[in-house]
Amino acid sequence: MGLDYNIPEFIIERDQDRCIDCQVCQHQCANQVHAYDQDLEKMVAQDIDCVNCHRCVTLCPTNALIIRENPSEYKKNKNWTGNMIENIQKQAATGGILLTGMGNPTAKKIYWDHILLNASQVTNPSIDPLREPMELKTFLGRKPDQIEFDDNGELKDLPPQLELDIPIMFGAMSFGSISINACKSLAKAASDLGLMYNTGEGGLHQDLYQYGQRTIVQVASGRFGVHNEYLNAGAAVEIKVGQGAKPGIGGHLPGEKVGAEVSKTRMIPKGSDALSPAPHHDIYSIEDLRQLIYALKEATDYKKPVSVKIAAVHNVAAIASGIASAGADIIAIDGYRGGTGAAPTMIRDNVGIPVELALAAVDDRLRQEGLRKNVSLVVSGSIRNSADIVKAVALGADAVYIASAALISLGCHMCQKCYTGKCNWGIATQRPELVKRLNPEVGAQRVKNLITGWSHEIKEILGGMGINALESLRGNRLMLRGIDLTEKELEILGIKHAGK
Amino acid sequence: MKGSRAEEKIMSGCAISGILNRKGNRFSGEEIIDSIALMHERSNGLGGGFAAYGIYPEFKEQYAIHMFYDDLDAKEEVEYFLNRHFNIAVAEKIPTREVDKISNPPIIWRYFAMPNEQKLSEFGLADDEYVAQSVMNINANYRGAFVVSSGKNMGVFKGVGYPEDIGDFYKLEEYEAYLWTAHGRFPTNTPGWWGGAHPFTLLDWSIVHNGEISSYGANKRYLEMFGYKCTMQTDTEAITYLFDLMLRKHKLSLESAVKAVAAPLWSEIERMEPKEKKIATAIRTIYGNALLNGPFSIILGHKDGFLALNDRIKLRPLVVAEDEERTYVASEESAIREICSEPEKVWTPRGGEPVIGLLEGREEVWA
Amino acid sequence: MKRVYAREEYCLGCKLCEVYCVTSHSKSKDIVKAHKLEEITPRIIIESKDNISFALQCRHCEAADCTKACITGAIQKDEETGIVNYDAVRCVGCWTCIMACSYGVIRRDEYGDKVISKCDLCITEEEPACVTNCPNSALEFEERE
Repeated sequence: MGLDYNIPEFIIERDQDRCIDCQVCQHQCANQVHAYDQDLEKMVAQDIDCVNCHRCVTLCPTNALIIRENPSEYKKNKNWTGNMIENIQKQAATGGILLTGMGNPTAKKIYWDHILLNASQVTNPSIDPLREPMELKTFLGRKPDQIEFDDNGELKDLPPQLELDIPIMFGAMSFGSISINACKSLAKAASDLGLMYNTGEGGLHQDLYQYGQRTIVQVASGRFGVHNEYLNAGAAVEIKVGQGAKPGIGGHLPGEKVGAEVSKTRMIPKGSDALSPAPHHDIYSIEDLRQLIYALKEATDYKKPVSVKIAAVHNVAAIASGIASAGADIIAIDGYRGGTGAAPTMIRDNVGIPVELALAAVDDRLRQEGLRKNVSLVVSGSIRNSADIVKAVALGADAVYIASAALISLGCHMCQKCYTGKCNWGIATQRPELVKRLNPEVGAQRVKNLITGWSHEIKEILGGMGINALESLRGNRLMLRGIDLTEKELEILGIKHAGK
Repeated sequence: MKGSRAEEKIMSGCAISGILNRKGNRFSGEEIIDSIALMHERSNGLGGGFAAYGIYPEFKEQYAIHMFYDDLDAKEEVEYFLNRHFNIAVAEKIPTREVDKISNPPIIWRYFAMPNEQKLSEFGLADDEYVAQSVMNINANYRGAFVVSSGKNMGVFKGVGYPEDIGDFYKLEEYEAYLWTAHGRFPTNTPGWWGGAHPFTLLDWSIVHNGEISSYGANKRYLEMFGYKCTMQTDTEAITYLFDLMLRKHKLSLESAVKAVAAPLWSEIERMEPKEKKIATAIRTIYGNALLNGPFSIILGHKDGFLALNDRIKLRPLVVAEDEERTYVASEESAIREICSEPEKVWTPRGGEPVIGLLEGREEVWA
Repeated sequence: MKRVYAREEYCLGCKLCEVYCVTSHSKSKDIVKAHKLEEITPRIIIESKDNISFALQCRHCEAADCTKACITGAIQKDEETGIVNYDAVRCVGCWTCIMACSYGVIRRDEYGDKVISKCDLCITEEEPACVTNCPNSALEFEERE
């Protein structure tokens, strides 16, 4: 087609005074951006192939590299921005759908940043978590209205519960979308920390069965890797209906990512595309969902809670209420900033609603219907730090799923090119030479460090509020105030404006 | 009521005191007034009150409904409601005397009443539930009216002023009870309304409370799912309803209810015997939102006695003493020594450790 | 004794170990100067083919062939530390050691006065520089049976 109209997105600047020609950058770039030029006797770069993943920048031993956005400017236009123009050029060249990875990066309002937390002064003492106990333990699963004893005075067993030492779980990411070493890092960290991780729709690799008690096994529309042993290997089962990054559409793992291990784990032929249908073709209604929930409960002998994960969409409160009535023990709501291994850009950036508003609406609705005390609520979709978690719990969540944050702790630098399979950090790739870059022992330790840091921060924040157990924060919206929010937004969030 | 629609929960410091005669022998209100008066400095004159159990032996089968009214219109409206829903044996003004320091009291009235049989069967409710719902209805929906107490053979006397003046105002020396609790209030803001004083009640549960419940927002929204309406915007009201929910509606023992509101730490649960551990874990799992967090000492009064309790890490004072017939509990030891100079036993309970004072023969209420 | 062990499954082949080995054995101890101004042969070698790579350096063998092969006694095993040491002053440059080493980890020094270049476990440091600076913990410095 002749000239490619696209220009490099990034420009690589190399400080020749610092560069020692060690070629570490060259060895590390799966996009083959860097090369040693024998004639020029120095390192050179092919800017157009750079995705700005920072692998070379991070590993360069002399800090000789800087990657900048291409400073070339388009004629100023608030409507036809450079990004819009480039997207059109790309599609004009390929005729394809715009693809992307990770979460929605657009400049829409982030409600977490418009919510402020409370602290004690004088009338009640704040609590020092270094000196006093501070409890974050959380149980997910169906709770009865009240405690019950049988005729002999023996406690009746509670429905199955997931016990979390910290109200954080690692969100669904399949083996296939991420590497086995990324899966191992998360599974090991979850086990060591007393949390859960989620298999996503990728089945359970044999090496991960040892972490079963800390595993939520997912059942999604493609049913990849689902069999009896799989269902019973985990501590809970999650039905994935939707994903925040791409509500309403299915998934697509390209055949080149389906190597021997992925093929075996997913139970699909090697090299074949793994296509998850948009809907579950056995769930066209809420009563169908109920049947699947109970089919899974039957299959697991009612010993494991069943979660249903949906994307936060316009009618989320009513849908969640239906899910609770349909028998789900846990409802997971994934907001429109949630990450993905691959999604059409237009869908990721324009479909769904913010998880903060969805959470407030769902919690309110479930309370109005008296269901919230029975069903657990988990939210996800860009939980970026410990303060976001505290705000989510105060708005009404029992726990959160984090996925992007966990991957960032493993090395992800948010280049959003997961769908290319060339992740230089060994995370979103199946290429053996890249996968080995993530040592799962190092990975698990980094994730554990992150969660440990966050749990200390959560404890400090709780202590400041004069609270020493997480359950006293759950749904406690008096601990929240809004800034720069409209009356309507405050009403939906169920919080007051700062100063009131 | 004035101030009853305040936006915020009302924060307060306070003094509390309680005396139980375990044999059920009744005694006048003079001692409890002396006890709470000694802790004058812990109040600021913006609220005082008393709960008295056993004061209406002649009407002990009837619900004794104590009411505040802002004006006669409010009284008329509520009485219209009460007359339709209850058979009222007696309706009378609660006797008071002129006290210099007490000004602007509301209209204070009491009714001895039983639920209207026909309405009761119409709604298909037990007596207590019927009364509880009526109380909630009046407090939420009748402007200028407030139910002060609604139990049998008990009553609450409270208002704006120092507790000793409130006691004087209500002529408490003329009442005889086997259990008295008292409260002197030090609110950090000044709504100055009579309904805001302690004790808070529902049926024969009464709560006097020193402290602030940081978990109020969570407790309130939890209670709402069970039909409770927290209209007073005070955390003390929520405590009262939590006990009503667990003890009356869910038939929990006092011991189990304590394990919910002042739950043992997970580290303690970890060390329990398997059976006890299972129960404690189940209680925290189911009743997590009933956990009271933040500094508090409370006395829960009821017909069988009292429960006194501190928050789990003891951020408010609480002292207990015993002599031959009585159990005393107060914010300060001096308030006990004032009325019982040589108790047989004096101790300070640990955080979260319940102090149970029960009438003889009613021990089964505990476990 | 503590030795450096390579974990091939996590070796990126990035060669940062070589970079830091050179720096550690430089006069300046400055990474840029060491590479631009000094001429040093790294004592650690990344072997790689296709997608497999791993780092190799002197194993400090118990009965080291190089010590037996050395005709001048320039290579000797230190009984106390276990390190196989090389003395450039005694070395006559016969390269017998290079031929004797079954691991191929003794190399000709391409620049300096010394004739060969081999790992000395960075004896003056707590941990060899290659281990400290491996970005994926693919090198471990530990005691093994």
